[in-house]
Amino acid sequence: MQPGASLRRDPSLATALRGTAARHRRERVIGAVLLGAALLTVVVSALIILSLFGGAVDFIRQIDLGTLFADGWYPRRGEFDLKTLVAGSLLVTGIALLLAVPVGLLSAIYLSEYASRRVRRIVKPILEVLAGIPSVVLGFFALTFISPVFVQRLNPGTSDFNLLAAGLGVGILTIPLIASVSEDSMRAVPAALREASYGLGARRLTTSVKIVVPAATSGIVAAVILGISRAIGETMVVAVAAGGSGGAQFTVDPFHQGQTITAAMASLATGTDRVAGATSAFQSLFFLGLMLFIMTFVLNQLGDIFVRRTRQQY
Amino acid sequence: MPSTLTEPTDRVDGSGNLPTAPRTPATAGVALRMERTAAQPLAGGDADTDPAAEPAVDLRDVSVYYGSFRAVKNITFDVPPNAITSLIGPSGSGKSTLLRAVNRMNDLIPGTRFEGEVLYHGENLYAEQVDPVEVRRRIGMVFQKPNPFPKSIYDNVAFGPRINGFRGKLDEVVESSLRRAALWDEVKDKLKQSGLALSGGQQQRLCIARAIAVQPEIILMDEPASALDPRSTLQIEELMSELKKNYTIIIVTHNMQQAARASDYTVFMNMGEDRAGYIVERSRTTDIFTNPKHQMTEDYVSGRFG
Ligand SMILES: Nc1ncnc2c1ncn2[C@@H]1O[C@H](COP(=O)(O)OP(=O)(O)O)[C@@H](O)[C@H]1O
Ligand SMILES: [Mg+2]
Repeated sequence: MQPGASLRRDPSLATALRGTAARHRRERVIGAVLLGAALLTVVVSALIILSLFGGAVDFIRQIDLGTLFADGWYPRRGEFDLKTLVAGSLLVTGIALLLAVPVGLLSAIYLSEYASRRVRRIVKPILEVLAGIPSVVLGFFALTFISPVFVQRLNPGTSDFNLLAAGLGVGILTIPLIASVSEDSMRAVPAALREASYGLGARRLTTSVKIVVPAATSGIVAAVILGISRAIGETMVVAVAAGGSGGAQFTVDPFHQGQTITAAMASLATGTDRVAGATSAFQSLFFLGLMLFIMTFVLNQLGDIFVRRTRQQY
Repeated sequence: MPSTLTEPTDRVDGSGNLPTAPRTPATAGVALRMERTAAQPLAGGDADTDPAAEPAVDLRDVSVYYGSFRAVKNITFDVPPNAITSLIGPSGSGKSTLLRAVNRMNDLIPGTRFEGEVLYHGENLYAEQVDPVEVRRRIGMVFQKPNPFPKSIYDNVAFGPRINGFRGKLDEVVESSLRRAALWDEVKDKLKQSGLALSGGQQQRLCIARAIAVQPEIILMDEPASALDPRSTLQIEELMSELKKNYTIIIVTHNMQQAARASDYTVFMNMGEDRAGYIVERSRTTDIFTNPKHQMTEDYVSGRFG
């Protein structure tokens, strides 16, 4: 074959290789729509953060800084004691985790390592139903069941409204999340590792605890962090069961009434804790929102660092 | 790290120079109802094996089912001690299934069913009172794909002794196991490193060391070199012939040369119309490859099918 023969050009091929104008236009439109969606997310997030900052700064300007360190959180009286809310949030979250982490992890181990396929098919949907219970219902359950049946029996004389009942209610809400995220990560552990363990004469419990759980660490940590975020952010259970709307005294006693950041915000936003004419109470909402945002953000970063450090590739 | 250990050459039996796993007569007796040393020689071994030596394990009329599908049928053969027995045969003929039946690994797969007997020092490993966990402590396993735990090299080897309640010097067990697996010199300075950081061949030798560390009597290997390069494959084969002084080895391989090179006895399996695997022939390896009794064996080992 002559080398020159292949050089002869086919003009129609050249056109075809350029593609159609309509196709190019469509590609551009799709690109623009996707970019728009991404930008929208960024812009909305930025706006939220900006408005939080703006509102928070306004609030700080309006009030006497001393009111941030008072005896309690009484926005109507102009007392904005922050440690009351932080303590309430930490207490409720801590109690919730004390319940949800062990129960969630044990359920995950059971579902992933012990349950037969049939049992799993029955139990998993039940877990999902639990996850779907509206939190206001759980708040009511905490107030009318957990509080009298458990808390008041544990410590007679406790008020119907108390942080322990609220914390346990939040814990129940958090169990399905922790269970299902950790179960997923345990099931992702390769069967070959389990076989190796059984092949060495390990029992099921040994294999679960010494091989599967460590190999699933990153997923379990992620589950716990998601659980913390869920618990810190939970509002309705606390608003119903902790007895803090209208204000709360500073306390670290779970048998007391108390208020959390989120529940305080709900009270403010719905007007329960608002006084006509006094705008600073309403402005404090932004300040609390910012605090919550920073707490969750730091938590997620810490979680990320931990997950990356302990991640084990198979 | 003590480094004064000599390479042990005799069987590990509690009085040898290796630290032994806590296989006290009491627990072993309860679990399997019979001591290894108390076992009687079994009558009726294969004509090709030394009739005086008691088989390490003896399969009698074994069938294994996955649900209603019978994967292997009516398998009978005995495994001579301190030798390498290889299982060869076409893919799907049930070699892995049969191998895993020996230490009851198939119990872990839902829906499997076992028929027949696996005799270990006269004890049927499938008798009702037998705990599969006890079986696997005595009959270890190395898998096709190296599967070290995502733990340090040290912890990989120490895992077995630890979970079996070992009360001696763990460092010594780890070292001697790694030495026996011909890995010690390569890893002695990085025992704290992850086992996953090793090469494929090293990982497989780590898995062998891990299996040795619980001091099993028998080691099952399912195509242990199939995922490895030729050099690592040869290393594993050399290692096996070293190990057979102390252990009985059953190995599944699809590599004919490997069976010919590395094993003393060969079991050739094929599958029937019903896809159930059965034994065509079991002989000394030299006979299988130079003087097979069946035409089918000759065809298979000469590469004419499978
Ligand atoms: N877990 C399982 N469930 C159902 N069938 C299986 C399973 N494992 C293997 N089998 C079937 O059993 C037969 C034998 O498989 P296997 O023992 O892996 O053969 P080999 O190792 O000789 O290739 C094959 O037909 C295979 O499909
Ligand atoms: Mg196989």
